Amino acid sequence: MTTAPVKAGWRFKQPSVIPGFGLTLGFSLAYLTLIILIPLSGLVWRSAALGWTDFWAIAADRRTLNALKISFGTAFLAAVVNVVFGTLVAWVLVRYRFPGRRIADAMVDLPFALPTAVAGIALTTLYAPNGWIGHLLMPLGIKVAYTPLGIVVALVFIGLPFVVRTVQPIMEEIDKEVEEAAATLGANRFQIITRVLFPGLAPAIITGFSLAFARGVGEYGSVIFIAGNLPFKSEIAPLLIVIRLEEYNYEAATAIAAIMLALSFLMLLVVNLAQTWSRKRYG
Amino acid sequence: MADPEIKSYELHHESQSAAVTESRPIKAVLMAIALAFLAVFLLLPLIVVFHEALAKGIGAYTEALSSPDTRSAIRLTLLVAAISVPLNVIFGISAAWAIAKFEFKGKAFLTTLIDLPFSVSPVISGLVYVLLFGAQGLLGAWLKAHGIVILFAVPGIVLATIFVTFPFVARELIPLMQEQGNGDEEAALSLGASGWQAFWYVTLPNVKWGLLYGVLLCNARAMGEFGAVSVVSGHIRGLTNTMPLHVEILYNEYNAVGAFAVASLLAGLALVTLVLKTLLEMRYGAEIAATRGH
Repeated sequence: MTTAPVKAGWRFKQPSVIPGFGLTLGFSLAYLTLIILIPLSGLVWRSAALGWTDFWAIAADRRTLNALKISFGTAFLAAVVNVVFGTLVAWVLVRYRFPGRRIADAMVDLPFALPTAVAGIALTTLYAPNGWIGHLLMPLGIKVAYTPLGIVVALVFIGLPFVVRTVQPIMEEIDKEVEEAAATLGANRFQIITRVLFPGLAPAIITGFSLAFARGVGEYGSVIFIAGNLPFKSEIAPLLIVIRLEEYNYEAATAIAAIMLALSFLMLLVVNLAQTWSRKRYG
Repeated sequence: MADPEIKSYELHHESQSAAVTESRPIKAVLMAIALAFLAVFLLLPLIVVFHEALAKGIGAYTEALSSPDTRSAIRLTLLVAAISVPLNVIFGISAAWAIAKFEFKGKAFLTTLIDLPFSVSPVISGLVYVLLFGAQGLLGAWLKAHGIVILFAVPGIVLATIFVTFPFVARELIPLMQEQGNGDEEAALSLGASGWQAFWYVTLPNVKWGLLYGVLLCNARAMGEFGAVSVVSGHIRGLTNTMPLHVEILYNEYNAVGAFAVASLLAGLALVTLVLKTLLEMRYGAEIAATRGH
């Protein structure tokens, strides 16, 4: 095999005796381009074709802004809840031994496996005023179904496994001797958790948070049943995209989608910076 | 670890254990909170699905499942999964082969691109195809002139499903094949096997459980996808209605038994998926460990 001397020292691919590089890479790139890249760039192209004034008019529309605020706000709250309870669930699953632990562990993946529409109608039935949980909350004056709180409940359901499954493997790797060393040096349990365990878990917790948050922002199926979908109050951004599409207002649908994508990527960037910071801080 | 000095230290300093693990009452409280949280947020929704489906007896349940619209929704869901899952399997194997077996420029970028569909809202996944193939879309006029129907028909549903389930198989296989390295294949090749034989008799048996794991997750999502499919389907009963969309229609018609009966089938699928997934993790945990948990 002769390799053309393109530039000294620069090679697209390291030589290998294994065949099939051209075929598999070629097919993968073609499939990726056709299914993902062309359709996605169509979205970018369509929103760029809108022009700045039209784009801004849609983005600054009060209904759009409210929908974005509700989507990002509820997803943030749900991710915070999931960080607290997801980390606790992971801790209990990793550190404690009790009957039914395996089943509880397997159950954590339910939101990955259960179709979102099923989760949506099930949660709505539970939290409706006459539902099993809803009727208990009614006397306390708490309404969940058909309010923004309902959106948070649905997103907690959807996001939980993201936190548990990112934190759990890191917890399993923690060496107990580190805790023992801290204990012999006179640290109490609280100090060990906050100063020894938490720093090691922080990057995983941040990753879990961002995965749950990103998923929550885009979630549609489980939310639309429980949200009530009142414009300005409990209407999420993905639903507004669907509504604009049904009105044949492709421009507005495209613009809202582009804003959501941009905000999601911005958030990924921030999370990456936070990761770098936490690695530097806690080494 | 087995150092006798450390052992005796541990024995003599039982009081230290309070700092190494939580005290019993705190343990009990933490466990109670975690399990109560799981019960309320995961178990109750699952129970309520079956409870509502059977609320009016088994007769009403089977009747709801035997309606022609429900039957056609089940058929369509099976058809869509039967097309999109194999295509993503072929892609996943091919991408994993290229990425795991070779070193080339831009590999990390390519891996990131494969994960892209996970960070896009399902609604947007559907929207991109509407913008491409819809009446006002880039290819809309051309498709219409040639009498090709993609949107609000089965091809659109299949495309949207492929989009959202795109990364599942590739994501399982890439780290697994990277971990296994090229040694086995190189040995097979040096013994005179063809590239295809090396793949079929060496690579595939090495990754079969990881592959099955990916297929399982891919299939669960393909059969359960709602948002993306909802945007491209047009909701035509008996024609472009998948099971999750049919659940929505029945629910919005206040046909609770019907909606939850169809939902119970999907919940059953989820349970079977979870059981198989757990079994795979228990039996072949080491083999698929590289990729567990997403």
